[in-house]
Formats: sequence, C-alpha cells, structure tokens
Amino acid sequence: MLNVLRAGLRMGRVTTSYPASRDPVNPAYRGRPALEASRCTCCSDCVTACPAQVISLVGSTLRLDLAGCIFCGLCEDACPEDAIHLTPEFELAAENRADLVEVWNVSGGQAVTPRQNGAVAGNVIPATEARRLNGRIRTLLARSLHIRHMDAGSDNACDWEIAALLGPVYDVQRLGIDVVASPRHADMLLVTGPVTRHLEPALRATYEAMPRPGLVVAVGDEACGGGVLKGSYAVAGGVDRVLPVDVYIPGSPPRPQALIHGILLALGGTQPYRQPQTVGTE
Amino acid sequence: MTSVAVQSVTLEDQVRGLLTDRAVVRHTGERLAVEVPVTDLPESCARLQHGLQATLATMVGYDDRARSGGYRLAYVFQAPDNWLSVEAAIDPETAAFPSVTPRLPAAHLYEREVHDMLGLVPEGHPDLRRLVLHDDWPAGVYPLRKDFDPAIPVPRVEGAPHRFHHLHGEGIVEIPVGPIHAGVIEPGHFRFAAVGEVVLHLETRLFYTHRGIEKLAEGKTAAQALALAEHTCGACALSHAVAYCQAVEALAGAEVPGRAAAIRSLLLELERLYNHVGDLGNMCAGVGFAVGASHGAWLKELLQRLNERVAGNRFLRGVGRLGGVRRDIETSQALDIQQTLHQVRGEFERFVELVLETSSVMERFRGTGRVETESARALGAVGVAARASGLTGDLRRDQPYAAYGALMVPEVVQSQGDVQARAQVRIEETRASFALAQQLASDLPDGPISARMPSLPPFAVGLGYTESPRGSNVHWVRTGADGTIDRYRIRSASFCNWPVVALAVPGNMVPDFPLINKSFELCYACLDR
Ligand code: SF4
Ligand code: SF4
Repeated sequence: MLNVLRAGLRMGRVTTSYPASRDPVNPAYRGRPALEASRCTCCSDCVTACPAQVISLVGSTLRLDLAGCIFCGLCEDACPEDAIHLTPEFELAAENRADLVEVWNVSGGQAVTPRQNGAVAGNVIPATEARRLNGRIRTLLARSLHIRHMDAGSDNACDWEIAALLGPVYDVQRLGIDVVASPRHADMLLVTGPVTRHLEPALRATYEAMPRPGLVVAVGDEACGGGVLKGSYAVAGGVDRVLPVDVYIPGSPPRPQALIHGILLALGGTQPYRQPQTVGTE
Repeated sequence: MTSVAVQSVTLEDQVRGLLTDRAVVRHTGERLAVEVPVTDLPESCARLQHGLQATLATMVGYDDRARSGGYRLAYVFQAPDNWLSVEAAIDPETAAFPSVTPRLPAAHLYEREVHDMLGLVPEGHPDLRRLVLHDDWPAGVYPLRKDFDPAIPVPRVEGAPHRFHHLHGEGIVEIPVGPIHAGVIEPGHFRFAAVGEVVLHLETRLFYTHRGIEKLAEGKTAAQALALAEHTCGACALSHAVAYCQAVEALAGAEVPGRAAAIRSLLLELERLYNHVGDLGNMCAGVGFAVGASHGAWLKELLQRLNERVAGNRFLRGVGRLGGVRRDIETSQALDIQQTLHQVRGEFERFVELVLETSSVMERFRGTGRVETESARALGAVGVAARASGLTGDLRRDQPYAAYGALMVPEVVQSQGDVQARAQVRIEETRASFALAQQLASDLPDGPISARMPSLPPFAVGLGYTESPRGSNVHWVRTGADGTIDRYRIRSASFCNWPVVALAVPGNMVPDFPLINKSFELCYACLDR
C-alpha cells in the first residue's frame, strides 16, 4: 500500500492544462501543410508524390484536402521550389468538410477562402440537426459530456490516442468529458477508421442507438477522408459516406491535444480551423 | 562472403536430401526456392519443416494467370540460418491444391485466406469457413484475382450465417461478445462456451477491420505503397514500414547505408519501448490496478513525446524510405534520446518494483492463460507470446537486419507460458531495449541516410522482416512486368498469435479473458489488413 502511495506521489501532477494553457509547440511535429504560393511553379511534383491523393492542381489553382492528408511530408520532399512545408499546426478540426480544403491561387499568390471554393467530391451526407442544436445540448446537459468511441476499421493509432485522453496526462474528465460503454448514454459518437464494409452495419446500429440530438465526430485521416485507403473494395472511405458528421479532426493520428480541440469544437467551445489568410486578401 | 556461400550449399544439399527428385531447387537472391508438383506440397512442406527445424513464416497465393497460365502458392519457411520457400503452380481450371494444414497446423489460417481471397481450394482442410470476408460477401467474388475490378461496388448478399462451433452438454452456456466492445478497444467477435465461470472453448471471428490493403498496393510503385505498409497498424507502424522497405530493397539488390541502418534500429527500439511499457500498464489495467495502469500510461506518454520530437509523429510514421530513412537524427536529438531514456528508465524500474511487489496483481498474473511450449511451437507462436512459453526466436538475433548484426540482443525467455511470464518477458526486453537504444544513440555512424534505389526488376520477389513489439512481421513483395507491385502479402505477428490466444483461454475464468488478451496484446488492424 505504501508503495502505491509513493508511486502516486512521485508521479506528482503530470496532467496537462491544455486547452487552458498551451503546451510548448513541438517544431518537429508534422501538421498542416502550407504553401508559399509565390514560390510555386505549378510543376505538380507534389501531386504525383502524395500517397493519399489529396493534392490537385487545376490551372493555377492548387487544392489540398486536409481531411485525407496523412501528414507524411512527401509533398515537401518532392517540391523542387521549396514551396510547400509542413507546419507544426495541429488544431485542425472543422465543422464543414469544405473548410478542410485548402485552396491557393498560385498565379495571384493568393490564398482563397475555402468556403467559397472548397467543393468536396463525392456524396457527403449533410450535417445533422445536432450541430445547430449543440448550444442547446450544452445547456441541456448540465452534466459531463458522454462520448462513445467506435472503431470503424482504424489502424488503431487514433484509438490509442483516444485511450491516452483517459490517462493521467490528458485526463479529459477534468474537462467534464466521460467515455461511456453504451451508445444509449452517449451525446457524441467518436468514430475512427475509414468505415470498413464489415463494420458499416455496426456503425449504423450504434448511431441509431444514440439518443437525439447526437453529435458525430470523425477522427483521423481515414475517418475524415479515407486517407490512403480511398478506392478500396473494403471501405466506405470516410464516416460522412455513412453518417452525418458534425466535426472532422484531421491527423494521422491527431495528437491528443488535437482531439480535445475537436471535441470542444463540437460543443461550440473552441474556434474551428480556418485557412489562415497569410497571403493575399479575401 | 565465403561462409555464406558454403552455408547455402549445405542447405541446398540438405533440401535435396529431404525431397524427391521431382523438386527443383533455385536460388533467388539469398533465399532458396523449391518448385514442387502441387501434389507434393504437403509432403515437401512437412519434410522440410521437420528435417530443417524450420517454421512456416508466411504463405502467399497469387494470380499468375497472365504470365504462367495459373495461380501460384509459396510457403515460406524460416530455417535456422536462411529462408526458403516451397512453391507450386495451381491449375486455374480446378483451382485446387492438397491442403498442407493436416500435416502443418500453422498453415491453417493462410489456407483459409487464399480460399477467401483467391478462390483456391485447399482440399482436405479441416475448416473452410469464411475468414477474411464475411457472410454478406457474394460467392465467387475473389478480391485478389487480377480480374476483380475494385471500381465496381460489391453488393451485399444474404449469405449463410457464420457457423460457430457449438459445444453441447449439461450446464454449458454460450457467451457471445462483440464485435463492438464497451471500452476503447478494437473490434472482434468472441464466443465463449463456459460452464459456470470456467471457459471450455473460445472461438473468435475477426477481420472486421479488413481494409483491402494488399489489393490497394497492386499497381502502385514501390514508393507509393510504403504509406500503405505504414498504415497497416498504428502501434507497429515503423516495424511494418521497415519490413516493407527491406522486402523491396532485397528485391532490387539495394544496400542501405550504415547510418540509415543504425537509425532504423534505434527507432525500432523506441517503438518497442513505448509499446512494451504501455502494454505493461494495460496489463495492470486488466486486473484493476489503477496506480500501475496510470504509471504505465505516463511513461508511455513520455516515450511517445520523445517519438514526436525525434520523428515528428508520436507513432514514428513518416520515417521510412526505400533505401534508408527520410529523416536524420541530429546530434541534439540523439542527446535528447539519451537523456529522456535515462530518465524514463529510472522511472520504469520503480514502476516494475511497484507491480512486482503488489501481491494482488501477481496472484492474478500467475498461472493465468497458460500456453505450453509444444502448443506454442505447433501453432507457430511468435514474439513475446512465444518467448514466454519457452521458445527463443527473435529475428533481431536469428536473422539480423538493419544494424542488429553488430549488436548484442540478449536472449529473453521464460518457460511458464502464463500472464506472469509474458509480463516478465516484456520487462526484460524493455530493459534490453533501453540499453540497445542508448548504445545506438550514443554512437551513430557518419554517412548518408539513404541510397538511391535502382529501378525494380520485373517479376522479382523480395522478403523483408522485423521483430516488432508483438513478434515477427514478414512482408513479401512481388513485382509485375512494369516493376510496380503485383502482389504484397503482409504477415503480422498477430496473424500467428490469435490462434494461440484461443488456446490460452479455456480452463480460465471468463472474467480473466481481458487480462489474458492484454497479456498477448494482439492487434486486430494488422491481422485484418
Ligand atoms: S498526404 Fe498530406 S503531407 Fe503527405 S504528400 Fe499528401 S498533402 Fe503532403
Ligand atoms: S508546390 Fe512545389 S511541387 Fe507542388 S506544384 Fe508547386 S512547385 Fe511543384
């Protein structure tokens, strides 16, 4: 018993205070790719190099879809002009799929606002009522947020990060967040994986079992946009092909702080990711 | 160089001595390939396994109709100092071959897999139920055949429901669990047959996370397919990436520079460290020992933060590259590694002391989930599961890759085969990995971090392997006519160990299942692919 107490004491307070205060930025972290549009010559080497096929170049408009990006940095390696770089930016969660599509007008050296131009290919199911109602959810809740995690065929990286949220360092209970065992008690479904054919029925059933309004959050490259698994006979290619998604959290996997950011965003508690207007004007 | 040549001649003589003269022996790179008539498959595999003390490392089926007019099978064995494969052509009309499983139980899952994925029928196999594909997949559609078009959606059909084996008898109850579980764990279905609290039989239904990774690789360049290798599994991302790179490098005859090999080994040890430490914490969670669980989780976090500082990703993704590594380790990062490991190592020893001294934990660990040496051997167990049951295999020592040839990897083995033994093996291996990583980080050789890859020859096969935290990963890659990937087979450690879990559970209490499962720490994602 004494040993147990001693162990607890030695660990001391290891819990992060994120999001109240920021942990130091790790400059090595591979987060959002950013383009220096003035350097880009439209050679399209990055398009060829991207293993997740999320970069496209049409005329002088370069689009990069963060939803399916695996943050590998191969675009950066391939670029002969040193125009594209991975930044350590990790709070990338967004409510609209289109907000995750970065659009750069290369010839004008301008970043274009994604909401006007970031059309998304494929049949995306529109978001639920829940998002409109999320303010109400919060007032209705008057208790902790109940999350049900559902692995819809992930490679387990995202799931380990969700498990870390419950550990001593991220300890999301301090934020009033609980992970629950049954969807019947859940306010939010946290889905990882591209939605495999074998798990699609289970995912639908889990969603059906949730009380309404219920929030759906897609976690990671595969859940947000299929990642490198796009086009497989065995996957749907993203949660929004099957369920309405309220918040997308990109990452391969998103680090635990990014998960917290996205979960709070779904509750209306943080700012969504918007393409920064560093170059050009709106 | 000479010693290698002498050795392979000896192996070749041995192989010829064991087989009939219908077998044709070829050299492919450093490996031996033995071509036999399909009717000789079971006998040849059995003789080589027993005669050479070899173990089945992987089995691959592929559609070679365009080139040779038929399908082909390769049973790849790991002999004490080499790899060899027994290969046979299959007539596309009958698409059948005599099953090797009755002679070699370790072939069981592989043969069910080629049955599902290629429509090849292993005649005489004891159990040909669906494995990878589930009940609603239409009959006669085989994703790994070349005429399967992934662009055409495969309809869901009303298939016959999966037949579970039922035990009948007084007081026997069946308890189905999953595929979706209460906690944050991966999906799989388990069916216990129990009398009271005691499990008599455990059946698993897996492959829920099947993502078609091997098919996706087909037609991609070797460089593009690396991302697929890396996304097979999160926790063993680097082990898979390196195994894949080594397979392609072997196929192309490429040499990896010394510095790159050392960085690979260093990061592979960091991967083992964060996994083993986290797994020990999870085993504490499995018996409800919260302080141990959170201590383990904290140490794992420190190690994953180190991963992020060194590699830019907490799961060491984005490090691998064909011909070397993508990122160098700067002097400051090497120092960071040494300092962090020094700190975590001290804390780890206190954590271990805490766990070992907590008698309620050790009582639950001891005698639970036992696997005898002979069973582990027969089922082809690998990794911690094998080494806790008296088997010594560790690819880092047995068939050194990356920089392991120059390192002393200690032999860690326990004989009792229970949860405690698996904990003990992880503890010893963690200590060894701390030492290996320190040694590598303090003495990285100078030089380039990658070599230029030659273009890949057509119709060539390469084999790559790593000893991941969960055991051996064996990747088999074959190129097509244009040098792109024609077939990619990923055999993860979990593929070998799932049948071992099913064997470890009977005789234990139902509530001990989560603990037993955690002590194996198998992965669903890299089994299901
Ligand atoms: S996946 Fe993302 S980081 Fe990797 S090449 Fe594509 S855009 Fe760049
Ligand atoms: S970002 Fe670089 S690689 Fe991509 S099109 Fe522009 S110049 Fe070419």
